[in-house]
Amino acid sequence: MSIVLLWTDIMVWALVISLLIWGWVVSRSVQIKKQWHTIFKSSIAMVSAMVLLFYLFFALLDSIHLRFPIHSAGVQNQKVQYEGDIVSPLDLIFSHNIESTERTYSAPFSTHEYAKSIVVDENGVTKQAYLPLKYVSQSDDLVLKSFAALVVGLIISCFLIVLHIFWRAGGHFMERFRQTWQGKTHLPWRTAYLTITLLIMTFTWLYMLSFHYHVLGTDKVGGDVLYQSFKSIRTGVLIGVLTTLIMLPVAILLGVSAGLFGGWVDDMIQYLYTTLSSIPGVLLIAAGVLVMQVMIDTHPHWFETTLERSDLRLLFLIMILGITSWTGLCRMLRAETLKISQMEFVTAAKAFGVGKFTIIRRHIVPNLMHIILISVVLDFSGLVLAEAVLSYVGVGVDPTMYSWGNMINQARLEMARDPMVWWSLFSAFVFMFILVLAANLLSDRVQTVLDPRNRV
Amino acid sequence: MLAYIIRRIIYAVPILIGVNLITFMLFFMINSPDDMARAQLGAKQVTPELIRSWKEERGYDKPLFINHKAEGISTVTDTLFVQESIKLFRFDFGVSDANRDINSDIKERMMPSLAIALPTFLIALITNISLALLLVLFRGSVLDAGMMIIAVMIMSISALFYIIAGQVLFSKMWHWVPISGFESGWSAVKFIILPVMIGVFAGIGAGVRWYRSIFLEQINQDYIRTARAKGLSEIKVLFGHVLRNGMLPILTGVVVIIPSLFMGSLIMESFFGIPGLGSYTIDAINSQDFAIVKAMVFLGSVLYIVGLILTDISYTLFDPRVKL
Repeated sequence: MSIVLLWTDIMVWALVISLLIWGWVVSRSVQIKKQWHTIFKSSIAMVSAMVLLFYLFFALLDSIHLRFPIHSAGVQNQKVQYEGDIVSPLDLIFSHNIESTERTYSAPFSTHEYAKSIVVDENGVTKQAYLPLKYVSQSDDLVLKSFAALVVGLIISCFLIVLHIFWRAGGHFMERFRQTWQGKTHLPWRTAYLTITLLIMTFTWLYMLSFHYHVLGTDKVGGDVLYQSFKSIRTGVLIGVLTTLIMLPVAILLGVSAGLFGGWVDDMIQYLYTTLSSIPGVLLIAAGVLVMQVMIDTHPHWFETTLERSDLRLLFLIMILGITSWTGLCRMLRAETLKISQMEFVTAAKAFGVGKFTIIRRHIVPNLMHIILISVVLDFSGLVLAEAVLSYVGVGVDPTMYSWGNMINQARLEMARDPMVWWSLFSAFVFMFILVLAANLLSDRVQTVLDPRNRV
Repeated sequence: MLAYIIRRIIYAVPILIGVNLITFMLFFMINSPDDMARAQLGAKQVTPELIRSWKEERGYDKPLFINHKAEGISTVTDTLFVQESIKLFRFDFGVSDANRDINSDIKERMMPSLAIALPTFLIALITNISLALLLVLFRGSVLDAGMMIIAVMIMSISALFYIIAGQVLFSKMWHWVPISGFESGWSAVKFIILPVMIGVFAGIGAGVRWYRSIFLEQINQDYIRTARAKGLSEIKVLFGHVLRNGMLPILTGVVVIIPSLFMGSLIMESFFGIPGLGSYTIDAINSQDFAIVKAMVFLGSVLYIVGLILTDISYTLFDPRVKL
């Protein structure tokens, strides 16, 4: 077994590590800690954060890629041969769904195919019939199985919650437990625990039933929709998170220097972002992705596997999205820096002979933090939604990659059929809606707390 | 005024050159004209002669930035970049890879695009502002809070969902309007009404929230308190003071997109089969027609810059403090 590092994997784990470091740094500052406490005092923010964590968990689970060697008996001392497939832990969890590919469409929980096919019965008569699905249990003890799955979910979440209370309590477990139960904690932990329980129970229900049914149906070539929806989480989350990560340093660097140094630096940077923002976003993305696709097509030898190829396209899409989205933040940061650099405390610092970089680090960037944070959370939901539209236009992620946009795009072609093939669309929209709603609600809260204009 | 407009137009030139440079680098530096020829001609039966003739046909056989073979000034001018830029500045977009005249295509497709985009824009503007004013009137009430939650939900649903749901409900199940297509003249109304309604509804969440925040910023100002103290009714305060003073930030956000309405909407047009510029662009993207994509990028940038100039002009009309 060996680990395959894709470009986006490296970036996403680098992001996780830097987030942890940032969290550690922040946790030492009393003021910022207080701000975050205020944000999470609202139950809505807490619920949203839990939902986002849940999605992030699956995205990270799908961001470790493994390759297993082929076990060839007898042959020794040879270079280890690897299987063609690269799998992630998420694939391993859902391996039964990958193998249980049906012939074509089937509705959620159905035992038979969606369309009639021509069969020859034992008397030699041809007729049309609904063929039974291959990988679905024909017994109907759905209620019992659901009950078992929900109980398992409850046990898992209880375990996690007790563990977490234990970690928070540090000795006074019973007291903390009672406080949490009565909802008297400083932060709304009871709400958070309820959300987590609900999410885990939903997951175990979907997951455990997926051994017996196609819980969300199957697509055109018989692939399991539940598996596809979970695989798409990584694509959506990565586009939302990494795009901001890429554009952030550029926007901060250019915005602050334009505002602080003025003169020709300011002119150049203003010219740069006016030019970039005057190109319609979708068209710039389309042009960029098209050009990239030609490059990928003319250099097939760069990639060992299709996964690496689609990963490079994802990476490039993220970069192009970053290029088109830094201009807005840069403009805001420039204006704010301009304002801050006129303030008395900066003048005082200058008068004391403090260096330019110290002023930036100590006086300017901390005062820009709220703008940066608001724009990060605000952009996230927009980017997740943009992925779907771009995939529809044909300039999104690689068609072989699982994404909600690709799911919608494929299902759209079947709209004319009657009865409708609704489950792929439904799953993609619901998975996307929950993520985007959580992000929007959290960003609302972050904005209310951090934006100085809202302070009364 | 006229001098100002002329000055702004002159300022726009370096930006357009920059736009050209970016698109040029995208199209010609990352992939050489040889790569493009290979992609267009198909990988199998490509011979060096075929590539050469393909490049000559389109004028792609010149060097990118510096022509070492030419003399004097034409070392810079007789290059691919300058030649391509001059063509674009004259709005001469040339022929597409499928040998169609891009200029006449654009002229033909502008009106259908506008037929969708303009009503969507106007109806959305009026609905969003009226709803926002209504919420500001009832600010802090249950109605306000409830509507804000609904607005966040509307925002969180993909636009693709509204389109698909709208088509299924109104066209497939209830047969109120045709599912897609377009006709010229007044009979186009039945094709336009559904995309316009969907476009308005999809934008209502973000729109109402934005206008509401603008109006709420006004409502805490001192002059509003003065107006109330004079005994003006709340309705009069809203329309006479909040709306009027809110117009300025609204103008900044709205006027700039008016020229871009010509470009149409990519998804709307391709879902509803409207022969506008949006679906033109999508078709070009899908068939990898670089000439059309390049033309649309340039056109889009020009329209955006026109929008910026219009914004500044409209400022002087609405705010007497701003003098040009």
